[in-house]
Parts: sequence; structure tokens; C-alpha cells
Amino acid sequence: MTEMLKVTVDRRHPMAVIYTEGYINNQGGEEIARVAYDLIDEDHKVLLLNLQGTKIVNSIGISILIEIIEKMLEIDGKLAFCNLTPTIEKTFHIMGLAQYAKIFPDEGVALGELAG
Amino acid sequence: MASSAVLREVTLTLPMLPDMEIAASKTATALAEFMEMSSDKIDEVRMAVVEACINSFEHSQADDRKVEIQFAVLGNDEPERLQITIRDSGVGFTPESLVKPRIEDKLKAASKRGWGLTIIKGLMDEVDIHSGPRGTTVVMSKLR
Repeated sequence: MTEMLKVTVDRRHPMAVIYTEGYINNQGGEEIARVAYDLIDEDHKVLLLNLQGTKIVNSIGISILIEIIEKMLEIDGKLAFCNLTPTIEKTFHIMGLAQYAKIFPDEGVALGELAG
Repeated sequence: MASSAVLREVTLTLPMLPDMEIAASKTATALAEFMEMSSDKIDEVRMAVVEACINSFEHSQADDRKVEIQFAVLGNDEPERLQITIRDSGVGFTPESLVKPRIEDKLKAASKRGWGLTIIKGLMDEVDIHSGPRGTTVVMSKLR
């Protein structure tokens, strides 16, 4: 019924930007995790998740994002988000994700801060 | 809650199948647009509907594997409130026994799940849960 989430990556060592397009549900979250863990294996320690192409997420998908945050904390890395819809940002605040993963308004601001 | 007239009503019966929650969210969107809710509020309603459906799909254990969703636009003269009722005939649960999830705990836990009701309560204006051995009904509403 819904199309599979599309995930693309821009590698900017030691950082990488992950772009999503579509619904982050169980399968979408798993796809993001697969890409993120591949990037961690390539020694990318800062991951920026640009959700500009995602208008809806569900709690199962977000739970998988929490697994990625846990992994990043284990390796002393960082996961950050940018271009969230107001509702997705509000949801991340409700859940407390913002305590462990920074939220930036756009990619330019995020890259500037994360590089610093 | 003050009484008000039902200005428009839609009922869906959805099979508990992957991504069926999106069908419910589209109906919620259509009614919220009819009420001229802001786009941010519409998104919040959509997400709450998705979470309520997923909770039912995942936890109800309903033999009929169906969930009924009633959308009602309520108001006097003008639309004032969108009320959404999600009903399943599953095994029920005790809402009072649920522990509010905390991110600090979830980061260390094997299961990161269990956020649905927290999200629904955070996004909607009113949420009531009635649950028993014959099923669960979640009634949630959003003011225009």
C-alpha cells in the first residue's frame, strides 16, 4: 500500500548525511539502521539524518532510530536530525530524543555545527 | 466535555494488515481539512491515528483482526472538534498499569518500544481509554 522508504547517503568523512523519502515505519526504520550501521563500519562517527522527504513516522520506526542513537553513544559518535516537520520534531521532544540527538532546522546549520 | 452536534461522521473498518493505518490517517486528514484545521494540527491528528491503529494491530490479539474507527466532526454551527474513536475486540489491558516510557531507560533496554500512548497523549487535546476483556476503545479529540 505504501512505497518502501527510499534512503540515500552523502559521505563527507568523518560525517555522513542520510536522506530519507517516505514513511518511516518498521521496514523504513530497519533500512535506515542498515545504512547507518554500514556507515559506522566505514568509520563515520557523525551521522546527520535529513528527514526533509519524510512527512510521517510511527513509533516502531522511531524505536529503531533509538537503537541507532544507542549505537552512536557506544562508539562516542553523534546522530543528529534536520528538516523535521513540526509534528515529527514535537514527537521527538515528547519522547525525549532531543536530549540525545540534536535537532537542527536545516542541513546547512547542522553541518556547520557538527563540523565545529 | 460540552455537548455538541455531529456535523459529519465517517466510520472505517480496517483489517489489521501492514500499513492499513495509513488509510485511517488519510480519512482523518480529509475531515480535518474539511474543518479547516491548521496543517500542523492535521499532522498531529494523522500521527495520533497512526499510533492508535498500530497499538490495536500489535497488542489487541483480536480474533476478528479488525479495528473500527469512527471519525466525528463535532460543533455547534461551526466545526469545533474532531473526535476519533478506535475500537477493537481484543483482550484489553489495564491502562493504569502502563509505565510511562523514559528515553534514559529505553536506551539501555532490549526493547525500545512502548511509546504509542505517550505520543497520542502528547499530540491530542483529550484522550480517554476504556479497556476490558471484550476489547479496547480509545477516544481522542483535537480542537480546531
